[in-house]
Amino acid sequence: MKSKFHPDENGYFGQYGGAFIPELLYPNVKELADNYIQIIESEAFQTEYKSLLKDYVGRPTPLYLAKRLSEKYGAHIYLKREDLNHTGAHKVNNTVGQILIAKKLGKTKIIAETGAGQHGVATATVCALMGLECTVFMGEKDIVRQAPNVARMKMLGAKVVPATSGSKTLKDATNEAIRYWIQNPATFYLIGSVVGPHPHPDMVARLQAVISEEMKWQLKEKTGKENPDTIIACVGGGSNAAGAFYHYMEDEAVELIAVEAAGLGVHSGESAATSQLGEVGIIHGSKTILMQDEYGQIQEPYSISAGLDYPGVGPLHAHLYETKRAKFMSATDKEALAAAYELTKIEGIIPALETAHALAVLPKIKFKKDQVVVINLSGRGDKDLEIFIKHLEA
Amino acid sequence: MKKLNELLAQKENLLSIYFTCGYPELGDTAQVISALEKSGVDFIEVGLPYSDPLADGPTIQDSSQKALENGINLDIVFEQLMTIKETNKTPLVLMGYLNQMLKYGEEKFCQKVVDCGIETLIIPDLPMVEFENHYQALFDKYGLTNVFLITPNTSEERIRKIDTYTKTFIYVVASSSITGAKGAISKQQMDYFKRVKAMQLKSKLIIGFGISDKPTFTTACDFADGAIIGSAFIKYLGANGIEKITDFIKPIIT
Repeated sequence: MKSKFHPDENGYFGQYGGAFIPELLYPNVKELADNYIQIIESEAFQTEYKSLLKDYVGRPTPLYLAKRLSEKYGAHIYLKREDLNHTGAHKVNNTVGQILIAKKLGKTKIIAETGAGQHGVATATVCALMGLECTVFMGEKDIVRQAPNVARMKMLGAKVVPATSGSKTLKDATNEAIRYWIQNPATFYLIGSVVGPHPHPDMVARLQAVISEEMKWQLKEKTGKENPDTIIACVGGGSNAAGAFYHYMEDEAVELIAVEAAGLGVHSGESAATSQLGEVGIIHGSKTILMQDEYGQIQEPYSISAGLDYPGVGPLHAHLYETKRAKFMSATDKEALAAAYELTKIEGIIPALETAHALAVLPKIKFKKDQVVVINLSGRGDKDLEIFIKHLEA
Repeated sequence: MKKLNELLAQKENLLSIYFTCGYPELGDTAQVISALEKSGVDFIEVGLPYSDPLADGPTIQDSSQKALENGINLDIVFEQLMTIKETNKTPLVLMGYLNQMLKYGEEKFCQKVVDCGIETLIIPDLPMVEFENHYQALFDKYGLTNVFLITPNTSEERIRKIDTYTKTFIYVVASSSITGAKGAISKQQMDYFKRVKAMQLKSKLIIGFGISDKPTFTTACDFADGAIIGSAFIKYLGANGIEKITDFIKPIIT
């Protein structure tokens, strides 16, 4: 598909993207770049991928009209229930797809990075399913704040390696995964978001695109129209947003809202609102917008949510931001917590802390009457219970 | 400063040492270079500390982090290098990551490098396609040369292409590894060195990654024009200090 929002042959979305990788990784990345589209578009892949998504993951996920939330904010608010996927988040759409690509390429050892642990769990899960060896890199700080997911990964047979450098969060876990990949080029790096060197951002976006593919026919069934007025999704690296936006990117009539984590406040010095604080640079092999100092040293971000605690954003999102195709908003820790409690109380759904950021912008938007809004409910909040309990008591 | 290409043309078994600017202490850059020169090192890789050095192992990561904590930045590095411009005769090669150059301003960065008397850059995350599309013209404008890395997994076709772009030397990565990997040179690695040597490239070959002492240096020199020691030197420097640098270098070159 050729369009403004798909990468060119060198992996660029506008000025963002590319593959800024050490020569050591060149053959691997080239092998993947030469084959991924052909594999994804093959009938054999599609058959197996769709069958696993249906019977193993539990797709299609429901598109639920949240009545009480809608009443409160004066719009028709639909929740795309990615939280109901096996393993509890959208991440598994991507890992199921990539594990099939890895198998097709003859890879037997899988590595991954994880922030909140959702991608780590989703990777460990498909590795267990396929009988492949799995190593997950996770920041030492995240291992503490997302302990239930660490336990799940271990039970699933994965080796969890703590990343102890830098801020000890997602950025550093990704560094460690890339370093391991350099030393072990035969491994398959099953990346969790729309970040990294080309073709990873495009590959992950294509595998998450199932979210908006389903939204189209589900909305048609429920509202008579394929298009909503607005789609809202949270963005760390940006994989759930990429999936929710994917089939609507070309249609400018659909408003796309990406919500970043503002931590203690966008300008508090403790934030992960990349589009507001970042500038053009290179992180994890991709030219994008990232938080850095005047000498190009990458800054340590902060968010209560481990999955959004990342100083960059995928190159597709940098392009959506620069071209103003997507509107970028942000939510603080406090606003996200309040939104999580609200959804729990009035809809009976406990969202992940990441997802709560998307919900947290509802009070900031003035909706028209009958505006159809889809919020990508990217994950469930079981993993965050300890943090929720702590803040409930406080 | 002596021209690196003159040195490469004149001498065999070249020893190059990598060090991290601003390590162990912020103001040590000039002294480390001077001590390396006195010890008989042929050329020096000046490492620009980076927050996220993807191609470096734990030793160089730690030294970079320490240097950044010491307050090092690109402006200070260039100031430090300017102070020794007249006295230092040993060719210097600058090694850093692309984002550092990008954020500093590509033209400004190149101009400063040239002002310091340096002509050669090693940027491990600068891929060939970006070099072809943009950086070749930029570097040519400033008379800078770029060092490409090759690995055991680099195809012959690609090595030959790199050979045509090379104006100083090709950095032969000893193993598919980040810096700091340990141990002796394996038969597999030697087969790879032989294969590259047999290609009879026009460019000089310098082996790096995993070179740590006299035996590994000597083996590397059997197949190439010299070798680079990085992590092993940083480790030594951290433990023994600048005054003992000669004790590390002498046994390797004698």
